[in-house]
Amino acid sequence: MPADGMTGLMAGTQGDIMRRDRNQHPPAFTPQYKTSVLRSPRRALVSLEPGPGENAGPVFKARILEPLDNDLIRNYAQAEGNHGDAQGERIIVHGKVLDECGRPVPNTLIEVWQANAGGRYRHKNDSYLAPLDPNFGGQGRCMTDADGNYFFRTIRPGPYPWRNNGSDWRPAHIHISLFGHAFVQRLVSQLYFEGDPLIPFCPIIGTLPDKAAAERLVARLDMGNAVPFDALAYRFDVVLRGRRQTFFENRPEGM
Amino acid sequence: MPVEYLKETPSQTGGPYVHIGTLPAFAGLAVRTQEQPHIIDGAGERIRITGLVIDGSGTPVRDALLELWQADAEGRHNAGDFSGWGRAAASSETGEWMFETVRPGVVPWRDGRPQAPHVSLLIFARGINIHLHTRMYFPEDAAALEADPVLRSVEQAGRRATLVAERTAAADMPSYRFTIHLQGDAETVFFDM
Repeated sequence: MPADGMTGLMAGTQGDIMRRDRNQHPPAFTPQYKTSVLRSPRRALVSLEPGPGENAGPVFKARILEPLDNDLIRNYAQAEGNHGDAQGERIIVHGKVLDECGRPVPNTLIEVWQANAGGRYRHKNDSYLAPLDPNFGGQGRCMTDADGNYFFRTIRPGPYPWRNNGSDWRPAHIHISLFGHAFVQRLVSQLYFEGDPLIPFCPIIGTLPDKAAAERLVARLDMGNAVPFDALAYRFDVVLRGRRQTFFENRPEGM
Repeated sequence: MPVEYLKETPSQTGGPYVHIGTLPAFAGLAVRTQEQPHIIDGAGERIRITGLVIDGSGTPVRDALLELWQADAEGRHNAGDFSGWGRAAASSETGEWMFETVRPGVVPWRDGRPQAPHVSLLIFARGINIHLHTRMYFPEDAAALEADPVLRSVEQAGRRATLVAERTAAADMPSYRFTIHLQGDAETVFFDM
């Protein structure tokens, strides 16, 4: 290890991942979302500072991506050109991934999945009566660039009913998965759409105790970045856990 | 006013169709059908880990997604070609999941004390609002388990056993069984690190 204690990462990024602010997240036990009742641990989580393995994390290289991975309109197309485009309202979703300190999170993998324009997922377990779109798979991937920016193209997903309190309805949403650069920065969430009238009725958004936190899951209509005569744009920024600076912390040999 | 930081984006459940985005071939999509992210290649002793995630009624969770993260056989993360990362789906019929990987080496804890060899696991599923983080240790390492700084941080000594797998008989490679209990008397220890 170099004498200055740095591990070769950028200055200011070599410390521990900051503790998770659990007030920003849903608790495990949320009986209005019935499935959580039997799947929620009842004992307190064991709190520990992250170790070397938790401050590190898997690295995904851009070379795993295929050219259409971030284009859900075309990446499951059954025909060439726009004859194979998915049905629905064409949208671009874009934004920046930052950490809690405001630093961009570059070169990190983002995975997304969603229902089609009718609210039907292409999954062996989804039997909703809305039809499958032969040209829509509903999954995509991208990496953030050197400044933490990402984008993908898709169709706006439809709302759909699900069995919870009778037939509840999910607002339109896109599932999003991020890794960051540390194992404990992992985050899976869902983005919603500005103005969706179903948002206030959703038991899953309702798992969030802080309404301001729920607001941060709403992608904003971005007319400035709409593609003329092609696609609307929505902006969705993501914040992952930050990393502490190290002050007066001598690391033992070998860490 | 204290210094302000950005607030972490809130978690939401991965939902029942988490596989579409994470293991598309498992969901039934004709996408990346050759990938086998539950098999982690690398130098070292090959091992198999199988298990179940059990809900509060004793029923296997059949829509769970697990992610594994570990050091290589020498106790290093992100060294060489070893990814250290894997992903597996619970069977839609039985809830069984499986990883094949290499036996991890010893990683020092924050204070330099050795940790017993272990893999870290994250669990995602419908009804799990924010993913659960646990560890699996190996039963042969009795002295190292006794001294492990993370196990020792679990105040109730009787709960530490929830993090230790069972060795099972298998002819081809050392195999381990790890049952994760989301609730109940045997509730697995989950971490907030």
